[in-house]
Amino acid sequence: MTTHRSPDGSRFSSSTVFVVAVCLPALIPLAAIVVAAFSPETEIWSHLARYILPEVIRNTLLLTVGVALLAGSLGTALGWLTAMCEFPGRRFFEWALLLPLAIPAYVLAFVAVGFLDFSGPLQTWIRAVTGTSNWFPAIRTGGGAVIVLSLATYPYVYLLARSAFLTQGRRALEAAQSLGLGRAAATWRVALPMARPWIAAGIALVCMETLADFGAVSVFNYNTFTTAIYRAWAGMFSVNAALELAGVLMVFVLIVLAVERKSRAVARFSSSRDTSRDAPRMQLHGPSRVVALAACLIVFLLAFALPFAQLLLWMAKHMGRDLDARYFGFAARSLLLAGSAAIVIVSASVLLAYVLRRKETRFAHIVIRAATMGYAIPGTVLAIGILVPVISLNNVLQSALRSWLGDSAPTLMLHGTLLTVLAAYLARFLAVGFNPIESGLQRITHNIDEAAIGLGSVGRQLVRRVHLPLLKTSLTSAATLVFVDVMKEMPITLITRPVGWETLATRIFEMTSEGDWERAALPAVAIVLAGLIPVALLTRRGSNVA
Amino acid sequence: MWLDLQDVARYFGTRKAVDGLSLRLERGSIGCLLGPSGCGKTTALRCIAGFEPVTAGSISAHGRILADADRFVPPELRRIGMVFQDYALFPHLNAADNVAFGLHRLSASDRVRRATQMLEAVGLADYHTHYPHQLSGGQQQRVALARALAPEPELILLDEPFSSLDVELRERLSIEVREILKSLNATALLVTHDQQEAFAMADAIGVMKDGRLEQWDTPYELYHRPATRFVADFVGQGVFLGGQVIEHGAVQTEVGVMRIDGNGAWKAGDRVDLLLRPDDVIHDDASTLRAEVCQRAFRGAEFLYTLRMSGGARLLSLVPSHHNHQIGEMIGIRIEPDHVVAFARDE
Repeated sequence: MTTHRSPDGSRFSSSTVFVVAVCLPALIPLAAIVVAAFSPETEIWSHLARYILPEVIRNTLLLTVGVALLAGSLGTALGWLTAMCEFPGRRFFEWALLLPLAIPAYVLAFVAVGFLDFSGPLQTWIRAVTGTSNWFPAIRTGGGAVIVLSLATYPYVYLLARSAFLTQGRRALEAAQSLGLGRAAATWRVALPMARPWIAAGIALVCMETLADFGAVSVFNYNTFTTAIYRAWAGMFSVNAALELAGVLMVFVLIVLAVERKSRAVARFSSSRDTSRDAPRMQLHGPSRVVALAACLIVFLLAFALPFAQLLLWMAKHMGRDLDARYFGFAARSLLLAGSAAIVIVSASVLLAYVLRRKETRFAHIVIRAATMGYAIPGTVLAIGILVPVISLNNVLQSALRSWLGDSAPTLMLHGTLLTVLAAYLARFLAVGFNPIESGLQRITHNIDEAAIGLGSVGRQLVRRVHLPLLKTSLTSAATLVFVDVMKEMPITLITRPVGWETLATRIFEMTSEGDWERAALPAVAIVLAGLIPVALLTRRGSNVA
Repeated sequence: MWLDLQDVARYFGTRKAVDGLSLRLERGSIGCLLGPSGCGKTTALRCIAGFEPVTAGSISAHGRILADADRFVPPELRRIGMVFQDYALFPHLNAADNVAFGLHRLSASDRVRRATQMLEAVGLADYHTHYPHQLSGGQQQRVALARALAPEPELILLDEPFSSLDVELRERLSIEVREILKSLNATALLVTHDQQEAFAMADAIGVMKDGRLEQWDTPYELYHRPATRFVADFVGQGVFLGGQVIEHGAVQTEVGVMRIDGNGAWKAGDRVDLLLRPDDVIHDDASTLRAEVCQRAFRGAEFLYTLRMSGGARLLSLVPSHHNHQIGEMIGIRIEPDHVVAFARDE
């Protein structure tokens, strides 16, 4: 058996150049941030260090730690309940607790603030009945942001912890019992420590989401790195300050990323080979049943059912006025962006995956790994990171044009084009498309290729008759995930879009920054409905596995 | 009696996974439940460990009732150690911590001492800090054994302990494990589908079929005096040779009259099948009894010949490998069984 790898491992072959070209949009922002980090402008720095950084670092740390703790414990507890216990409603909550993934954190945030704030329906009602609502806790605080972001992100921990509990099998628990531990003690000493790497990976994802969040903290008026970057760019018009801030934020991101990589590596060793039988669930009785049911129900209501119902009510109230040609324009632009991003990213991923499969050089590997790091990097960082070099390029070209054509030269606006938006999306979401396609392609072994070639299917025929049918699910799931992620995306679109270009997400930002929560509901419902698609895919895949 | 099972049954709905199982195991001895997959042997083991309740019957150890129709001692209070088929080592703990896991009632220093002692006993003194994924299959198996033995259980159960190892290792390790168990005077019960493993490990073997125990005996008796046709068939190789009882204890067959063992209630005229093992049929050029070679399997030290008699009966014969005969050749044989066991004719 021979594999089709060309013997020369030359570094700058055509395929390597090709890989670098495809990855370039994803590599540029990384390079820009690194360059900025090593060439700080002292004036900007001293301003940032004195007025911005102390608050921003404190807030970001508090928020991240708070969300990690709350989302981590919610996700672990709920994952354990639905994986290891039996109580009324368990089958429903198994998938229903994933539904909050469909609601972006910024939507949950504005619904919570709109509903609970001083002028919201709840406090208005309390005042009407009791005369005062002064005792009601303030909503737009760090604590509020922690709770909302936790409710929006706990499903990451839930998903991973649950699958860890399900796959560790019952053998380990039985071993602990045969060594003299009761079930409760066995849970603490065996089930939980064995699931720890997965829980840690889930919490790392939660931290990445929290560090990347821009929309929710804006709603809460809670100043973190992402909002500071946005303000530096949109308010102070200082791209360099934004870039410096982005560099500092990247330090936090890299720490989280390292934790995530480490836990995944440990998790690989900890996977049990015992997948033969389902562990018998612990039958809950009496009060513990009620507690389990109540815990699941409360989280489900707070994180999904109630906010979604509120959205629908607000939408119904304003639909008559807002459901007009303008709204369809927002929707059409969102769909256009999401659709083209899906096409661009899936095509790039397929090309990269094939290059890697045909000829895996170390260099190509490193380039692709760096380019797919964007999933961990906040959208604000990537947007600024891509904007700065594009603006510099624009200026260079502009002055060249001027010197050539004189005053009649047209004004260039490279940074305000859809190409820039798509490049930034590629940087952020390449991993979302690449990972499923690469793992799909990996399952097609070289022996399958050789079997097909032996039977006379070569070249295009091989791709059409063998690869395409085998890759179909990977391709559709990659495209769907990218599509929905772009629909939900807010900061990149906000920063890199052409002037005056409104999408559903930027419309929500506009409405919520004016405090007009109710009118943000109509575009939000469309985004939530789109977000339900990947959740449905996820639950279907989950039930296939079980 | 150290372990005593009386009429133990475990039903899953209408399926009788274990049915009327009775057996006794003395202190310090190693027992084995042997049978094809699905015969109920693992379920029986899990009932003893306490991972399954019993539907009927009783299980007691050391005079204490562990389970019967109304009583159920949970597994963590049974003082029964278990070695799982996939070892079920805790992946987040190193070898020493795995072994010390069940010693939670001891002080920290006693725990360390005991774990060290156990790892030494299984020959892994240098592997304290290794994690399960850093150990080979055989080493993992020995850590699992040390972990199960460390709390000094009254009984140790081994579920297909060698099935995930390769064949060479399996044989060596089964002898090693037997030595470890014997040196600690442990009482053990293992289940396996592999008779070589059962023979290498056990003092007493029970053959199970469809949830029932067919025979509980020493390996020697099991091989030479199987109680049922199934045991005769499942344990070792052999053929059934048809014959007719001519008088008390004598059967007329195609290859002559043979005296049968025991005083089975056979009457003259009964049609029976006699069990002949390959080692009961001896190659002898001088013999007048001739047989045709139909198949031959070379096994290194010996040939296993399948022979056809002129009357059509088939026999197996184990012959030293320097007797190299071709298929179709006629060779002389003698039938020299130590024991001849008869079974009612299978119609």
